[in-house]
Formats: sequence, C-alpha cells, structure tokens
Amino acid sequence: MTFTVSNAPNGVVIVSVDGQLIVANRNELKDKVLDALESNESKFVLDFSSTGYIDSSGLGVLVSVSKKIREAGGDLRLAGLNEDLRMLFELTKLDTLFKICDATDEALDSF
Amino acid sequence: MTMVPLRLCVRRSDPSHPLGTDDAILMTVTVPSELDVVEHTVDIVSRHCLACGLSLKAVRFNLRVALSEALANAIVYGNRLDPAKSVHVALRELDRGVEVYVQDQGQGFDPNCIPDPTGPDCIERPAGRGLFLIKELVDDLAFNEEGNSICMTLHRA
Repeated sequence: MTFTVSNAPNGVVIVSVDGQLIVANRNELKDKVLDALESNESKFVLDFSSTGYIDSSGLGVLVSVSKKIREAGGDLRLAGLNEDLRMLFELTKLDTLFKICDATDEALDSF
Repeated sequence: MTMVPLRLCVRRSDPSHPLGTDDAILMTVTVPSELDVVEHTVDIVSRHCLACGLSLKAVRFNLRVALSEALANAIVYGNRLDPAKSVHVALRELDRGVEVYVQDQGQGFDPNCIPDPTGPDCIERPAGRGLFLIKELVDDLAFNEEGNSICMTLHRA
C-alpha cells in the first residue's frame, strides 16, 4: 500500500507515503485527505520518511490539499523529507508555502 | 508487476528510431504512452549515464528528476496518453558529459510560454513545475523547432 492513514492520540491524522508520490498515484493521496476532511478531521501530518521520490505532479497535489485543508480551517505539516526531496521544495520555493518538520514526532508536537 | 513493452537499442544505430541514426548515439529506447514506463525507462538511462562517468548524485537526483518530468510531459501533454503514439529517448555521450533526448509525437509547445511557477501568482497552482525543475537541474536545455523534442545536457563533475 502506498498511503497509510493513522490517527495520533492528539487528534492529528498522519498520512504516510511509502515509495513514491507521482502522477500515477497522486489522486489517491488527495482522496484520502479529502475523505478525512469530510469526516471533520482538521490537523494533518504527511509523513515522507519512507518516500523516495515526489514528482512535480506530486508537489502539485500537495499544494492542492494544503489549500483544501486551509480553507476548511485546518492545518498541515510535512515531515521526514530526505535531502533530495527537500531540495525539490527549495527549488520550487514550496518550502515557503509549507510548514516542514524534520520528523513526525516534531510535527505532531507542533500543533 | 506489469511487463512494459520497451524497445531498447544499445550501441548501434537504429534507422527506424527518429533519434537513432547518429553514430554518436549510445542507446535509444522507444516507449508507449503509458506512465507505468517512466520509472523503468529512467532506470535504463541512468545505468548508461553512470557508465558514461556522471556522478552518482547527478544521476540519482538531477537526471532522475529531469528525465522523469520530461517523460511524463511527453506522455501526458505531448502524446496525450494516446496508445497509438510512442515516446523516443536517446542518449549521446559527449566529451564533457551526456545529452538525453526525449521526443514525443504530439503537436509540440512553446517552452517560453510556461510561467515561472515560483512567482507569487503561480506558487499555489497545482501544475506547471515540471519544465521548471528540468531547467533547474540540467546544465543545458534545448528544444527542437516544433517543441516536441527536448535535449537535456548533464556534465560530468
């Protein structure tokens, strides 16, 4: 399974991305986040500690879900990005749009 | 695992390939317009680029991202996922590095018309970052006149 959804004790939804977030599977992530928003969840951590690659479509879907979460009054953190993935965020200046934490625990504590 | 129908030609000219008649071309790959082929194609080209002396970092990051984006653009925006159309990839070794060509069978586009996705008006757009990433990660970039073939140059360290 590429995406695993779990709930932390403090009411935060953690979506772990295993493998790649690319054009072929990006809508699956979007659907999982939108489903959780419809269930009145509002705090999200996207955990990329097991993610090898995000393509531009994957970056695009992150922008899209970030906007949806914000519009619903929620909040989002990204966590566990490796050096290459962080570089993609820096090149595209998306590091200015997202709250990025080194690790999931840090992201959970930041709400 | 899906078996992907790639047509690979290594170290010989392939007159049937649009990019394969040049003797300096090391290899060509012809792939169908399916997104499933992207990762496999990038792996094949990456192995040849390592053999050409590109650094592991350049191959693992710069080439992987740039070629993945170029292939996805060719398949989705160029060939519009048309199963009757193919994408042609070729690798040429240079004295200072490699050139990687990706050519689709679409109408082409004007690369100068793509807005900067890092600007304040575009930063929240869900699309439009692929070509920007390619530009950022390769040493030189060129298109043919029709705009349906991209040539990405990566230098050895």
